Amino acid sequence: MGDTSTMIRRTKSMLAKRTRRVALVAGLAAALAGTTAAQAETLRFAFQGTLNALDPYTLNETFSLGMFGNVFEGLTKRDKDLKIIPGLAESWEQVDPLTWRFHLRQGVKFANGNDFNADDVIFSAERVRAESSDLKTRIPADSEWIKIDDYTVEVKLKSPNPILHYEWDTWYMMDKEWAEAEGAVEPVSAKDTNPGPAAFKANGTGPFKIVSHEPGVKTVFEPNEDWWGTPEHNLTQVVFTPIASDGTRVAALLAGDVDLIDPVPVQDIPRVEADPNADALTGPELRVIHLGFNQFRDELPTSDIKGKNPFHDVRVRKAFYQALDLDAIKQRVMRGLSTPVPLLIANELFEGAGDFERLPYDPEAAKQLLAEAGYPDGFTVGMDCPNDRYVNDEAICQAAVSMLARIGVKVNLNAQPKAQYFAKVLAPGGYDTDFYLLGWTPGSFDSWNVLTNLAGCRDETGKGGPFNLGGYCSEEVDALAAQIVSENDPEKRNDLIKQAYTILTDEVSHIPLHQQSLAWGKRSNVEIVQRADNQVLFYWAKVN
Amino acid sequence: MIAFAIRRLFQALGVMIVVALISFMMFRFVGDPVNQLVGVDTSPAQREALRQALGLNDPVLLQFARFVAKAAQFDFGISYQFKQPVASLIASRLPATLELSFMSALFALAVGVPMGVYTGLYRNTLLARAFLAISLIGVSLPTFLIGILLIFIVSVNLGWLPSFGRGDVVSIGGVWTTGLLTKSGLQSLVLPSITLGLFQMTLIMRLVRGEMMEVLRTDYIKFARARGLSRRAINFGHALKNTLVPVITITGLQLGSIIAFAVITETVFQWPGMGLLFLQAVQNVDIPIMAAYLLLIAFLFVVINFIVDLLYVAVDPRIRLDGAAR
Repeated sequence: MGDTSTMIRRTKSMLAKRTRRVALVAGLAAALAGTTAAQAETLRFAFQGTLNALDPYTLNETFSLGMFGNVFEGLTKRDKDLKIIPGLAESWEQVDPLTWRFHLRQGVKFANGNDFNADDVIFSAERVRAESSDLKTRIPADSEWIKIDDYTVEVKLKSPNPILHYEWDTWYMMDKEWAEAEGAVEPVSAKDTNPGPAAFKANGTGPFKIVSHEPGVKTVFEPNEDWWGTPEHNLTQVVFTPIASDGTRVAALLAGDVDLIDPVPVQDIPRVEADPNADALTGPELRVIHLGFNQFRDELPTSDIKGKNPFHDVRVRKAFYQALDLDAIKQRVMRGLSTPVPLLIANELFEGAGDFERLPYDPEAAKQLLAEAGYPDGFTVGMDCPNDRYVNDEAICQAAVSMLARIGVKVNLNAQPKAQYFAKVLAPGGYDTDFYLLGWTPGSFDSWNVLTNLAGCRDETGKGGPFNLGGYCSEEVDALAAQIVSENDPEKRNDLIKQAYTILTDEVSHIPLHQQSLAWGKRSNVEIVQRADNQVLFYWAKVN
Repeated sequence: MIAFAIRRLFQALGVMIVVALISFMMFRFVGDPVNQLVGVDTSPAQREALRQALGLNDPVLLQFARFVAKAAQFDFGISYQFKQPVASLIASRLPATLELSFMSALFALAVGVPMGVYTGLYRNTLLARAFLAISLIGVSLPTFLIGILLIFIVSVNLGWLPSFGRGDVVSIGGVWTTGLLTKSGLQSLVLPSITLGLFQMTLIMRLVRGEMMEVLRTDYIKFARARGLSRRAINFGHALKNTLVPVITITGLQLGSIIAFAVITETVFQWPGMGLLFLQAVQNVDIPIMAAYLLLIAFLFVVINFIVDLLYVAVDPRIRLDGAAR
């Protein structure tokens, strides 16, 4: 035994040495040949953040999941307008309110050549619910997954769930055999101290495969020749580089060193537009920026009002709302690139959004309301704001501070980097904020997510509504949310959602501000689809 | 001499421990790493469990003791973000930083010394004044501004050189990556090296100029002139040679700060070195990387100072006697 393993090791190291030497020679050859030839249909893409581990269940974050979407596929997909379309499941039906049946696409292969079948779905369903997965919410923990035959899977639920498959476009199917062979049955978790090499490999069914991956430096994608679909792109290679510094990213685009960047800072959009070889690509993003009040505490530590919490009075909250001039924020701060919204959800994501309107900007009425509430001279309050998380977040807060000053409210702004900001305002920091700015995109693109996360009653530890930083609580809204989660009839469901939003609007639970805009920069010869969820999908890209 | 070295070594160890302790104290204020590690749907209870598992709930001193014990065995833990061992991450980024640093030092010397000699010899010419003006810019403009200016002029407007990154790199033996062997790698080195080296260049130029002016006034230069030696022999053979001792000392000492201050240049040029790794770690509250990097830089300075101290002892007997007397 010992001898054989030594021999194998020796052979391996010899091979490794030889490969290295070959690589060196190849590198030199490439250098001599020059670099222009290979760039024919290469898309060079730069993003502000990095792509780290390649396990698609490690981090529930838009950018990583979007990048994985080029390599992996879910049972469903979303089209260019975010409509749910068949993915690895060709079709599905609800047998009864508690049973769904999915018919899988046949003839699909993973990048390693293995067939995709029902076993892989069952495996992925187990894996995504494992303790170390960050995507546990993709499927109900107590759902039962049954293989009917090789290409049919049935899901049995404990309670009806009309939005069961809403987030499945980013729940990617993994290969059971591959995971078992690579020792990747358990997802790589955030706390893993020794994740192993499989964490940096990707074996999906998607239109691209990852040929090299150096986290934080460079990732190279190539088209998957055996993909089951018909490619809409004309790429031969995609090179992804993270460029964190805004100025460098824009310069790289203008210099032609990259073909696509995300994001372009709003103040640089005119400069990109002015360049004959570059364009800015803008559109509304699904994220809604809002302000929230602490309604959990009986006294605000940052306020000069002692013994009571002024935010408990709806008139004060309404006064704050009406003191904010959203058009001015749009024009001055966001350079025209924002869509003021009446609700905590993007207009695109709720059909009934058109029935709601923002309260008008009216500083006089706001002053009146404050006086009625017993604060004719206003009061002082502290505000927390991130300065590197959302588009011009700190500038929005500064604008709000000066607008509130006009109605006599003195706001002490504390704007800090997201790492410190979230440490302070989320559960581990004890929700330590009296007045704050937060942005939210519901992962399921559905209102239930918003109603529970942002407006659900919570305790000190965040149970109930983890991102309801201010601790707003309405039992009626909670009761509606409980109905919404299991109502299968779309019309009834929409009506319930509308009722919930009406309560939130009347009570001014939060101040919805706007949807920020996506801003990508591209070379003029690049065609790409910009989807409102800010996923960058190469399979709709063309380099001309 | 040996007693002196050993005493110095213990002092160096003390410095390292103090640096590690101070950086650990700072980590309490950089934010919450857990929030950067999970998505928004992760419940507060799961976040708390993760915090517990990472040992972030332990007292700072316990975390510190654990870190020191592991660091003594060269185990710096796993990066929260990258999920890779910190030691190998730093090792893979080290070549980029070292290549950039040495190229900058080379640039600073190769340009700074001749400019210094020229301005020392021909103090009142127009060119000398222009050099001095340039050096003023080099000293006063912040690095990131110089970097961005160079990118916009050379890369965006003229299109001569790449605006970011390292270009194509070649792997040598699997442990070192170099950009020195490819055309795009060499092109990519130009702007960052200038940006990083500009400050050192002006420093060296002013130093050489001052020393030259000093030396040119000395008797042996007058004597050399009286002997009728050529100007070239006097200026370079005698004067410059005698100015180089402090220049070499300063350059050696500055190498440490070039490596340490590469953070800004690496960020502006998206140069995949240790500095960029560190800055990203700060943004993402990746404590294992931050701790290891700060320790490495402290180690670098300690080593450089240690060598300089030993050299001084070798050169200056007074220190040696002082050390032996105690």
